[in-house]
Amino acid sequence: MAQAPVLPRGFELPLEPRLPRIGSVDAVALEERAASLAKRSIKREAKVFALDLAVRMMDLTTLEGQDTPGKVAALASKAIRPDPGDPSVPSVAAICVYPNLVPTAVQRVEGSSVKVASVATAFPSGQSPLEAKLDEVRWVVEHGADEVDMVIDRGAFLSGRYAKVYDEIVQVKETSGDAHLKVILEVAELGTYDNVRRASLLAMAAGADFIKTSTGKLPGAATLPVTLCMLEAIRDVHEETGRMVGMKPAGGIRQAKQAVQYLVQLHETLGPGWLTPDLYRLGASSLLNDVLMQLRKEKTGTYQSPDYFTVD
Amino acid sequence: MTELERKQDRAPVPSEWTYASAPEARDLVTLQDRYGHYVGGEWLEARETYTTISPATEEPLAEVGQATPEEVQAAVDAAREAYANGWSDVSPSERAKYLFRIARILQERSREFAVLESLNGGKPIKESRDVDLPLSAAHFFYYAGWADKLEYAFPNRKPRPIGVAGQIIPWNFPLLMLAWKIAPALAAGNTVVLKPAETTPLSALLFCDVLRQAELPPGVVNIVTGDGRTGAEIVKSDGVDKVAFTGSTDVGKAIQRELAGTGKKLTLELGGKAANIIFDDAALDQAVEGIINGIYFNQGHVCCAGSRLLVQESIYEPVVEKLKRRLTTLRVGDPLDKNTGVGAINSKQQLDKIQELVASGAEEGAEIYQPPCRLPEQGYWFAPTVFTNVAQSYRIAQEEIFGPVLSILTFRTPDEAVEKANNTPYGLSAGVWTEKGSRILWMAERLRAGVVWANTYNRFDPSSPFGGYKESGFGREGGRHGLEPYLDLT
Repeated sequence: MAQAPVLPRGFELPLEPRLPRIGSVDAVALEERAASLAKRSIKREAKVFALDLAVRMMDLTTLEGQDTPGKVAALASKAIRPDPGDPSVPSVAAICVYPNLVPTAVQRVEGSSVKVASVATAFPSGQSPLEAKLDEVRWVVEHGADEVDMVIDRGAFLSGRYAKVYDEIVQVKETSGDAHLKVILEVAELGTYDNVRRASLLAMAAGADFIKTSTGKLPGAATLPVTLCMLEAIRDVHEETGRMVGMKPAGGIRQAKQAVQYLVQLHETLGPGWLTPDLYRLGASSLLNDVLMQLRKEKTGTYQSPDYFTVD
Repeated sequence: MTELERKQDRAPVPSEWTYASAPEARDLVTLQDRYGHYVGGEWLEARETYTTISPATEEPLAEVGQATPEEVQAAVDAAREAYANGWSDVSPSERAKYLFRIARILQERSREFAVLESLNGGKPIKESRDVDLPLSAAHFFYYAGWADKLEYAFPNRKPRPIGVAGQIIPWNFPLLMLAWKIAPALAAGNTVVLKPAETTPLSALLFCDVLRQAELPPGVVNIVTGDGRTGAEIVKSDGVDKVAFTGSTDVGKAIQRELAGTGKKLTLELGGKAANIIFDDAALDQAVEGIINGIYFNQGHVCCAGSRLLVQESIYEPVVEKLKRRLTTLRVGDPLDKNTGVGAINSKQQLDKIQELVASGAEEGAEIYQPPCRLPEQGYWFAPTVFTNVAQSYRIAQEEIFGPVLSILTFRTPDEAVEKANNTPYGLSAGVWTEKGSRILWMAERLRAGVVWANTYNRFDPSSPFGGYKESGFGREGGRHGLEPYLDLT
């Protein structure tokens, strides 16, 4: 356990020689900025660019009790070839599944560019002993997951035991080895943007490759303002250390229009350098078909019935 | 090649993300070739005219009247007559009815007005659509509500209208300033002669159509166009009982001299050189947005613009770094493009003034920063500009630039911030950015400015009074206070 009563070890390291500065967030102004960016009018070739990018950045997700190998197999096919009618549509970035489904997923996406992400660490609540969480992480990595989506211990965070949160992330990161680590803050449970900012910095200091808004299991998952808040934290870490941390909004993104808004926000907050699936993901289960439909519309000029897009 | 393939061919995925142009439809607004003066509910053919243009392209838009003394007199006479023969007898709730109608019509026609405002004034459509138009309508709604409640606004006094109000408005928010002037004047029972600014007369002229739609009795609002000479005629006219002016401090002083001893009432809303004060505990990213909004909103053509940035020295570097970075994402260009954040400078004259002052800043030793941006070749443009290393004594820290130019100064303690902020002949507005509530109150008590914004900037509401200290003028517009200049309160 780290010896850090107020700030966890490493949290403030890059901020030397100044005093550590976590900073704060003004909720009203943050929401205004997010709303103003959401009003961008993205048309024609700029829209095609965004929709194409949205597909390449997508973590196609299924996280249900009723998930079966059959369901995951279908999802994998969709991920590799989202629109059989248009081969120019790229594959998505990854499929995101529960640990038990990792072996099926790995087998099904083999030979493609699609990665397998697995949730772990007692997803979605995180309310399990650390050993159990680490075992789970070890298991999914051994079975071929390329990416691990962990949850932070919100109970510890909200009771001020930041060091515990920090230590857990450090250990999960070590256990993940080469797999990319996405740290889910579950913003809906953090209550304030100040907390979101603090948790974001904490996760990045502990070694997160990505920070992610939500499990998708609660109402009030990803929103534009909360994502902006996290992007600003990522930007500060980049300014101070040069390290580029990725971002993944997840939950509640269902329409192509929303996806474009998220990408505009990313583009204008972190710049063109972040417009890559290596640094940005959209976690979604039902977004893909709407994006495909809009892409087809942009290319052909007409909308087509949802019946022309496969439901997987 | 099939039809589908051809279409696919035409829309290749570009290698980097540049937003395609997204212009608002210009044909939403139909302009006449020539406009007269709106007097007594009729169009009076203008004897002399000049050409009004789009500052973004220098394209001529229409011929508008340069009102002669006789034409101004006709407008004042029409207002006098309307006041004497009817409008002053109209019941207060009836007056409210007309104001409510005007407000609703403005809402209904807001896209049309927004396009015209951007076309004639150069401001981004995003602002005319989201700020100018909603606020203009809100002002009419707000004062409509007061029209039949004046005795409650001023208990134990007898509010009576004054008579004819002569109103002269600036070019930075043409329609909104018209609303600020006309709404309280009519709510209080006065009639009006209004002159829009020389460079931006078109929205006021289109507004005459709204007055007709609302069936406002003839002569209650009269609009004459022209340059400063027309304004001077309004001020001089014996038939005018009250003058309201928004514009430059020099002209305001001249008006005050002219009116001394005449008994006419006067309100002036003049220039400013507001301090936007950032403390080290502020929410930095939001404060940076506030700085941007404070100075680049409407190309800095805002009397309350936060043109002097006072940053606490301990956070000077990160603030300047963040600010410069944000500047590179400002989108300067076509005012009618929905993604434009900074539009055209309103006139050649204003551009010259900005250039002159910016040159003086560089000469006096300040360090200039402008983000890389390609400005259109036609029209009047100036890149968003930041000056660092600015001393309090430099002209760019003292004089109102009225353009997209920010001067950054530093301070060490709250006392020093107050001292520097107040060290100006102006006193219209100020901004304070801190997470500490007690400090906001402490600062607000000490800042000599009509408006002090905390953790926000350039936020307006019809219910909030607006006006200045010292050379920023006197009298308040907005709120209950805004009725007072239009009433005789014996």
